[in-house]
Order: sequence, then structure tokens, then C-alpha cells
Amino acid sequence: MNEFLNFVQQNIQMIYIVILMIFVGIELIGHVPAVLHTPLMSGANAIHGVVIIGAILVMLHMNPENLFGLVIGFIAVVLGTLNVVGGFVVTDRMLDMFKTKK
Amino acid sequence: MMKTAILDLLYLLASVGFIVGLKMLGSPKTARRGNIYAAIGMILAILGTIFIYPSMAGLQVPTFVYGLIFAAILIGTIIGWGIAMKVEMTKMPELVSFFNGMGGATAGLIGLMEFSHNVGHTSKMFMIVAGLIIGSVSFSGSMIAWGKLSGKLRKPVRLPKYNILNTLLAIIVVGFGAYIIISGTGNPLYIYILFGLALLYGIMFVLPIGGADMPVVISLLNSFTGLAAAFGGFLYDNMAMLTGGILVGSAGTILTIAMTKAMNRSLSAVIFGAFGEGSSAAAGSGSKIQGNIKEAGPSDAAILLNYANKVIIVPGYGLAVAQAQHVLHELEELLEKKGVDVKYAIHPVAGRMPGHMNVLLAEANVDYDKLVDMDDINNEFANTDVVLVVGANDVVNPAAHNDPSSPIYGMPILDVENAKNIIVNKRSMKPGYAGIENELFYNPKTSMLFGDAKAALTKVVQELKGM
Repeated sequence: MNEFLNFVQQNIQMIYIVILMIFVGIELIGHVPAVLHTPLMSGANAIHGVVIIGAILVMLHMNPENLFGLVIGFIAVVLGTLNVVGGFVVTDRMLDMFKTKK
Repeated sequence: MMKTAILDLLYLLASVGFIVGLKMLGSPKTARRGNIYAAIGMILAILGTIFIYPSMAGLQVPTFVYGLIFAAILIGTIIGWGIAMKVEMTKMPELVSFFNGMGGATAGLIGLMEFSHNVGHTSKMFMIVAGLIIGSVSFSGSMIAWGKLSGKLRKPVRLPKYNILNTLLAIIVVGFGAYIIISGTGNPLYIYILFGLALLYGIMFVLPIGGADMPVVISLLNSFTGLAAAFGGFLYDNMAMLTGGILVGSAGTILTIAMTKAMNRSLSAVIFGAFGEGSSAAAGSGSKIQGNIKEAGPSDAAILLNYANKVIIVPGYGLAVAQAQHVLHELEELLEKKGVDVKYAIHPVAGRMPGHMNVLLAEANVDYDKLVDMDDINNEFANTDVVLVVGANDVVNPAAHNDPSSPIYGMPILDVENAKNIIVNKRSMKPGYAGIENELFYNPKTSMLFGDAKAALTKVVQELKGM
């Protein structure tokens, strides 16, 4: 319990951000027509690729003699990049088709 | 000091990019720019982490580690870009699932690596365990969804009592995770066992779910990965990870609920599979529809279309599977040239996931203004000469209006039956996803044009050209 209260006290700003961001997310998506659900899902999919930053931080902190760690970290960065690049590129390709033609 | 400020600023810009980008993705006019803003935010955050963070944190990063990071990013970029540019638009659902799985795997691997650095630190261990469980479930679940959607795993696999089994496994995973956090153990074996259990749960979670429900599952796993990224944000005190992750987590949850609503399903029904069993029973005991069907050849269909003033096309899942969107557009242009007014009626869940049909038709160069949403077009069917239903079934089933015992009763549908003539293109009389008969096919106004959508429409186009 003490540990929990300590955590809340130390991270109170982040907790505020979490709560506010939850509402931002709900508001942003709440009124989107079904037409755009596919590109939206794909775009959101690319944004959670931000987890790649964690993988890069793991690599930067890694003991250079920890070969196994380097391999796993390397894979994590590759997969994270796949998520980011693939996600944004395919969303762009999809939306490129939505141009109004005349 | 200066560097910390710059890095904070970059993360701030990244967060703003994500929020503004996601907002702009919600409207057809701004969507493309929104996606680019979010991507710019991402690039800023990544560059800041690589180039500013180490000197700020006083790290001596050996050159070869930098080399590894750049090599990894290069490999990921080449493969990701390649796949994204090459994939067919009909394969969009499985691709989103695949990329989502990659993000989940990244989160899982981060957890594995960070475990030994944070032994004895309860709150950090909580973030690690939570991120690892959610990321791993998202990874293995997404891979199963990807396999199902790309046709590698066709049948839903249902172990006996799988609901109890899965719930039990979920409890074990969470319980074991809690044990690791509370006991403060430093044994790395434990975290690997947890990793394995979470992967197993992800597989068991998605395996029993039917193919047509996959979009909902993908959307749900999408928000899972967002959540996993957010736990990483807590772990590293990283604002970009935190805001991006939570944003996708909450937006993804809302999107999931919106999808289930459009499909007239509940999330628990998708996960616990009540639909599949209930409806097959209903279809078995329910009244068989009596009546005759009228079969039409390509030339009959062409004649009907040729002499119509107003035609509405209802595309569905069968069109996507047959990749018939291009020939359908050809048909539309041909009719327009003959002075026929042609529109497309888009049901919210047409295609393989909500909004997918719009992407497919846009790919075939169909004018965006010709695609009309269900609510706007439903009044128009009454003064329409011919409705052409291509590979759609449940979304035009009148039972949703007039048969309270039907499992789809209450689902919003396209009121196709009000039109003067109806042409239905299907491969066979096999029921659609809901597993029920469709009385529309027995309607005296309906002609059935059997065959693969692409082949059948190609023949109709040829006939029309000769007229």
C-alpha cells in the first residue's frame, strides 16, 4: 500500500496525463464515420509503434558485452521499425486513394 | 540542461503530432496530412532518443551499438516499406494485424530485457510485467489473426470448454505476473515463463474467434499494444511513449466498440463466441423459407441494367474476396455512358472490416462522391430501377426488419427489397456469415446471377458493350 501511495505521489503528473489522454482519445474517435475506420485503425496502429523508443533506450543502455541482450534488443528495434514504417506508409497509400476525382 | 530541454521539446512535439494527426485522420479531407503529421512526430521522437538522449544521460555508447541500432532501423524500414507498398488493398486487415503484432513483440522484448535491471523496484517491475504481458498477448494474438485472415488458418478452433480454459489461463498469467512483482524475485527464468504463458494466452484468446469477427479482434489488440507502449512510457518516464500509447489505447477501445455496434454485436459475444452456436441452432430450428429462386444469366442482367434509369450497386465481402472492384468500376462507367444514374450503397461493415469497401472502391478509382452511406441512401431504393448486389448477404437480409426470431434482428440493413428489380450476384446459395437464409433471394423481384463476382461481372460488361 505504501509503495502504491509513493508511486502515485512520485508520478502524479503522469497520472494526470494518462487520464486526460484517455478523454482526448475518446473525443478524437467518437464522431468518425465508419467510412474512415480502416485508415484510422491503420494510423493508430502506426502511432503505437512509438514503443520503438523503448527498444532504442534498451539498446543505448545495454552492456556491450551482453551479446544475447544485444541480439534481442536488435530484433526489438527491427520489429518496432516495421510497425512504425509499415504502419505510416500503408496508411498513406490508402488515403492517397481517397482523393476526390473529377 | 540545454539538451534535456531540447529532448523534452521534441517529445512534446511528437505528442502534439500524434494528437493532431489522429484528429485529422477522422475527416476525409485532412486524413492524409494527419497521418504525415503523426509520422513527423514519430521521427522527431526517434531522432531525439538516438542523438540527444545518450549525452543527456551521460551514457558512453560504443560505436558498434550505434551501428546495430542504425542497421536495425534500416532493415525494419526496408522490409516495412516494401510490404506496405506491395500489399493488395484487399489484404489490408491482415496487414494491420501483422504490423500490430510487431509492435506488441517489441513491447514484450523490452520487458524481457528490462527485468534484470529493475529487480527489487516494485513499481517499475509492475510496469515491466504489465507491458510484457499485454505486448506478448497482442503479438501472438495478432499473428493468429493474421493467419486466419490470410487463409492460413481457416476454421475457428474450439477446444472443449475453451471459455473456462481461457479464463483459467488468464488468471494464471495475471497471478504469476503478480507473484513476480510482489515476491521481488530476481530469477530471470520467471520472466521467460511469464513471456511464454502470455504468448500462449494470446494464441488461445484469438483461436476460437471466427474470421468475420477478426476486425474487432484486431482493433482490440491494437489498443492493447497502445497500452503496452504506455507502460513503457511509465517505465522510462518518457512522455512521447506515454501519450502515444494511451491515445491509441483509448481511441482503439472506442473504435472497437464502434465496430461492434456497426456489426450489431457485443464485444463479449465476439470474445466468448455466443453468436456462432446460438445462430446455428436458430437456423436449424427456424422456418425454412419456401419459394423459388429465379436464376438469371449475364445477358439477362445486362439487359435489365441497360434499360434502367437508376442503378444502385451494393458491394460486399464477396466483391473483396473476388477482387472484382476494378471490373465493377468498369461496369459503372459503361452504364454512366449510357445515361444511367449509378451510385454505390455502402453498409458500415461492408467488406472485410468497417470502411474497407471505401478503400477498395477508391483503389479502383471510383469517385468518392458516388459512395453513399447507408442512412443517406435507404430512402432512394424505392425509386431505383435495378439494385445490383455483389457478394453481400446479411447486410441486405430483410429478416433484420421483420423476423424477431432472427439472430440479426435489429441490425441496420440496406433496404434493397424496396427497389423495382434486384440482381444478386453470389457464388452459391450458401448462407452468409450469420448462417441464416435470406428471403430476399426468394423475392419475385430478385434474379440470382451465380458465379464468382469477377467472372460474372466481366461477362455482364461484355454483354453490355455489345448492346
